[in-house]
Amino acid sequence: MNDTFRAGGAASLDVSIASKDYHSASGRPLRALEDLRLTLPAGKAGAVVGPSGCGKTTLLRLIAGLDKDFVGTIALPEHGRLGMVFQEPRLLPWRSVTDNIRIAAPHASEEDIAALLDELGLAEHATHFPRELSLGLARRVALARALAAKPDLLLLDEPLVSLDAALARDLREMIARLIDERRITTLVVTHDLREAIALGDRLFLLSARPAHVLATLDVSTPRRHLEKEAAEIIEARAREALAKAHVGPPQSKQ
Amino acid sequence: MIRLISLVALLLLWQIGAWLSDPHRLPGPAAVFEKIYEEALSGALFSNLAITLARVVAAFALAMSFGAAIGYVMGRNKIADRLLDPWLVVLLNLPALVVIVLAYVWAGLTEVAAIGAVAVNKLPNAIVVVREGARALDPHLEDMAEVFRFSPAARLKHLVLPQLAPYLAAATRSGLSLVWKIVLVVELLGRSNGVGFEINMAFQLFDMKLLLAYALPFVALMLGVETFLVQPLERHVSRWRRGVSRRLDRI
Repeated sequence: MNDTFRAGGAASLDVSIASKDYHSASGRPLRALEDLRLTLPAGKAGAVVGPSGCGKTTLLRLIAGLDKDFVGTIALPEHGRLGMVFQEPRLLPWRSVTDNIRIAAPHASEEDIAALLDELGLAEHATHFPRELSLGLARRVALARALAAKPDLLLLDEPLVSLDAALARDLREMIARLIDERRITTLVVTHDLREAIALGDRLFLLSARPAHVLATLDVSTPRRHLEKEAAEIIEARAREALAKAHVGPPQSKQ
Repeated sequence: MIRLISLVALLLLWQIGAWLSDPHRLPGPAAVFEKIYEEALSGALFSNLAITLARVVAAFALAMSFGAAIGYVMGRNKIADRLLDPWLVVLLNLPALVVIVLAYVWAGLTEVAAIGAVAVNKLPNAIVVVREGARALDPHLEDMAEVFRFSPAARLKHLVLPQLAPYLAAATRSGLSLVWKIVLVVELLGRSNGVGFEINMAFQLFDMKLLLAYALPFVALMLGVETFLVQPLERHVSRWRRGVSRRLDRI
């Protein structure tokens, strides 16, 4: 049994998954998620962090409603409008940057789209096609498309993966600023603990497969102002929680 | 320029062939063009060309609409594919002549039978090509459309048709060349007008000038459709690829 519903009022994201199974090529059932619960207050950013292959993307697909074959319930924020940035940008190759953004918001005015392009540093690429963009720029277009939908819930799947350090830092700062300013309920999944700390108000540490939440840590200080020492303390606490559960710490990038 | 040289060479070969053979069997280009002029002046050439072209357009539109819809369903739905595949194999292997004769026997020597027979002959080809296109639709883009709640019309416009465009273009090209050839056979067997009918008359009278005077303008007409309609349409739907290469050239 599964259920996805929209909560009313200042509702949060509330996920309670009893189980999510896959079938291997040989037909053997594989459990991806088990007894996984997480709650995120409205307007806050959550970061799900766990080892590669533990089921983070599966969790995001369930929340996005792309996979309904699970046992449990998922309550989305009011209206349930979604914005999502996939690992691969998934832009329409036959549409320009502007059209790719407009497609998620067909009723948006030209001024709104232009402002969004400007805000994300995409104005000079407005007429380009996706194949002409670097991965970093394509991710920004995907982020602009997600924001254009004016989402109640923004889902980000490894938004910084495969980017070099400088580009990853720039995009991370851009994402943090945008979700802070817009107060969008956001869920980021990542395998990188530091990235999770930089983007999330609340961290959900996942176990290896079948994944469940090992620990939930709140980042009390606004992320943008988080000092290095504070980030290190949170990282140490996260590693301690993972060690207690006898799970290797997720990879961290410098 | 090379195309022009090639065309002139073909005319020269034709003229040499006409000099070397009996002019009743192979009249030269000048004699044929004179006949074309005569037929054009009388108005018969244009009316027959228009009638045949109308049949080509009707049969092609029918075959492409049904073929694209059935091919899409078969490409997206495994049960429909398994259910309809044996029918498709039968249609693919049914000789065109059998379909035409059956249509005339069952529906009489009518316009409906003629156009229907041509459409049925083209249908399996369109289904096969569009089915391949539908199978190749990118599931990642479908996920994206699901998340952003594309309406069915938006999905068709922004997602499905652009991905199917190369397949539809291929089906159009192969389809047009197949359809006009079959239309001539249909006219030859059971219609009292059109280019096929005139070619049959020329054959009965052993009038090679008349035969070529109808065959050549029709080939030219179909070449025109291919050059001025199909190719520009194909370029239009794949312009995003050209745009990319043009910009990359400048970098």
